[in-house]
Amino acid sequence: MELFFSQILDGLSIGSVLLLAATGLAIVFGLMGVINLAHGEFMMLGAYVTYVVQSALKPMGGVIFELYFPISLVLAFIVTGLIGVLLERTLIRQLYGRPLETLLATWGVSLILIQLIRSVSTAMMLGIIVSVASGILLSKLLRAKFSLKPFFTYLNGLGWALSILIGLIAVNLFDQFRPLSKAWFGPRNIDVTAPKWLQGSWGMIGTIELPGLRIFIILLSALLLLATYWFLNKSVWGLRIRAVTQNRQMSNCLGIPTDRVDSITFGIGSGLAGVAGCAITLLGSVGPNLGAAYIVSCFMVIVLGGVGNLLGTVIAAILLGIIQSVIGSGTLLTIFPDMPAAARGVTEFFATTSMSLVLVFIFIIVFLQFRPNGMFPQKGRSVDA
Amino acid sequence: MKLFQRLVPWILLAVALFILPAALDDFRLNLFGRYFALAITALAIDLIWGYTGLLSLGQGIFFSLGGYAVAMYLMLNTKSLAGGNGIPKFFENYGVAELPFFWKPFWSPAFTLIAIWVIPAVVAGVVGWLIFRNRIKGVYFSIITQAALMVFFHFFNGQQKLFDGTNGLKTSTSELFGQLVGSPDMQVWFYRLTVILLPLAFLICRYFTSGRFGDALIAIRDDETRFRFAGFNPVPFKTIVFLVAGALCGISGALYTVQSGIVSPQYMSISFSIEMVIWVAVGGRGTLVGPIIGATVVNYLRSLVSEALPEAWLFVQGALFIFVVVLMPDGIYGWVANGGFRSLLAAFGIAKKAKTYPRIDEEALPVD
Repeated sequence: MELFFSQILDGLSIGSVLLLAATGLAIVFGLMGVINLAHGEFMMLGAYVTYVVQSALKPMGGVIFELYFPISLVLAFIVTGLIGVLLERTLIRQLYGRPLETLLATWGVSLILIQLIRSVSTAMMLGIIVSVASGILLSKLLRAKFSLKPFFTYLNGLGWALSILIGLIAVNLFDQFRPLSKAWFGPRNIDVTAPKWLQGSWGMIGTIELPGLRIFIILLSALLLLATYWFLNKSVWGLRIRAVTQNRQMSNCLGIPTDRVDSITFGIGSGLAGVAGCAITLLGSVGPNLGAAYIVSCFMVIVLGGVGNLLGTVIAAILLGIIQSVIGSGTLLTIFPDMPAAARGVTEFFATTSMSLVLVFIFIIVFLQFRPNGMFPQKGRSVDA
Repeated sequence: MKLFQRLVPWILLAVALFILPAALDDFRLNLFGRYFALAITALAIDLIWGYTGLLSLGQGIFFSLGGYAVAMYLMLNTKSLAGGNGIPKFFENYGVAELPFFWKPFWSPAFTLIAIWVIPAVVAGVVGWLIFRNRIKGVYFSIITQAALMVFFHFFNGQQKLFDGTNGLKTSTSELFGQLVGSPDMQVWFYRLTVILLPLAFLICRYFTSGRFGDALIAIRDDETRFRFAGFNPVPFKTIVFLVAGALCGISGALYTVQSGIVSPQYMSISFSIEMVIWVAVGGRGTLVGPIIGATVVNYLRSLVSEALPEAWLFVQGALFIFVVVLMPDGIYGWVANGGFRSLLAAFGIAKKAKTYPRIDEEALPVD
């Protein structure tokens, strides 16, 4: 019984990390139909924001440092949310209604973000600023002079290419100065130490210890989920988001600013990813490749739960977490010590982390054979569109 | 002019077969051999994505299955790599005394030659049928193929006793016909084999995309629901085309493995399978020449950039994804074939504008 309970707790904590990561994606994918493969990289950005906040507050020490985690939660949400809005305004906006294209484009974004974190330095940041500024300036100049000419589009493209070149030259120039060329993070993993009040246990239930970290993550994901639910169902913007999801043209006619709704939806989805990344720093060291570990699982959670259904996402995430922890740790062997040899062999075969993932994915694929639209399928006419 | 157009493929083939080996050093030639091997995968993806509208993110499965098949055959039949029991040494490291049963047929060269394309084809057929039967399509198909990819990746990565786990199987030190597979002479032969198989793959794809079968594929891509209402069942069409693509990927994987010298679970990583899609997108989907151009150009670019500035490649690749999707959805070949180059010249007043009615340039004036 005790073992059973601690397994459930373990599964719940794996599941709640999945849930944290998947909530944002559920909004972006479920409500907007955008396949954001850069979602994992937004989580990574959130983790790095946490790292930056921690490093900045460390010298202050005392109570302020103990509070760094809540501060970085908020900051991670804001920073990744803003980057999300920027991405939506520049790129995603052009690809609505073409989910496969968003998939490829956001994959490109994720590659750029990974490499950016690996090699970003002050020099590179300045170069990017120079490049964007000159690009906008050139584009304005060209528009003023040639906007009616047939070759304007090509000329504009040429202008942007030129500004990228200027940016590259600028990076090379700035790189000459030692302090500017030092990489901020580098390709190596970074470590965030959990604050003291999260380390250690938070009391006991019977003979089982309650590890503070896990309970905190479970609580955090529950809280975020409730907040998301409240936002979508009770707030004005949530109402608008749901309206645009159901019928974009009609909402537009009724005066809902659909393009702002799009930006906000994507921004909130990305912001939630940032918060998830912030929480993940508590579980161990994180690196630029953090996203890849989560992205497929996140999509699986959403597809399994039923796209556009928060409750389904919750159940799917917890279910997957529990299956993964029970099978991966080999607890089945301890619970049923006298199972037949064949079953024992199979259980042992799958009792590692990577093999339990194999089983989980096979389980999902088999499950979708019987319920192709997930546990809680969307109903209505808009499904096929 | 007509005659010239008919001769172009033969000229290209002759260049690839005779001039490139003479002009390039061993290292470059080997690289080109790899590009052409990857071009076969690109053709397969074009068959299922460009023509049938199925964006598979799991072609790495079939690619690696072909690779593993040929690698195990080579390792088994190399005396210098054998350990105490006459099986490859790495088995000993994990305490495996006997060859796992499913590797046993790979002693035979005939079986291996068939297995390279039949095993991926069967896997693709089963996976495809299961997915298509349930009318899973679009994005969901992509996500599920990605999940299937992860199943295979974790399986091959986690089972050291069966596949040597993360290390993969090395072929460069194995022998074929008494010669080292990694030796320059053998590599030239593999290059020639690739150059001969690539046009064959092209012809196979052309066979499947022309005629009534090809029309059905395009109909499925453009409007599957209407195709169903017209009284056809899309499932067998999709399954067959997915199966053929799987077989082609297997062949491509085998050719790539012998030329790169190793097959490892990295060939089943998520990123590699998505990269395959971008080769097709860059070259031009929905055409058969496009993927070959795309695979060659992108991979050549990759070699160039990685040699000069290894860190820059991910930036370039990411930008390439975004650029192609947003600005050049037809790819290089599609852009030229649709008159993109002409309209570029026309915009600068060099070539004459194409005559259209109503005139496009009147309508396309900027609004602001």
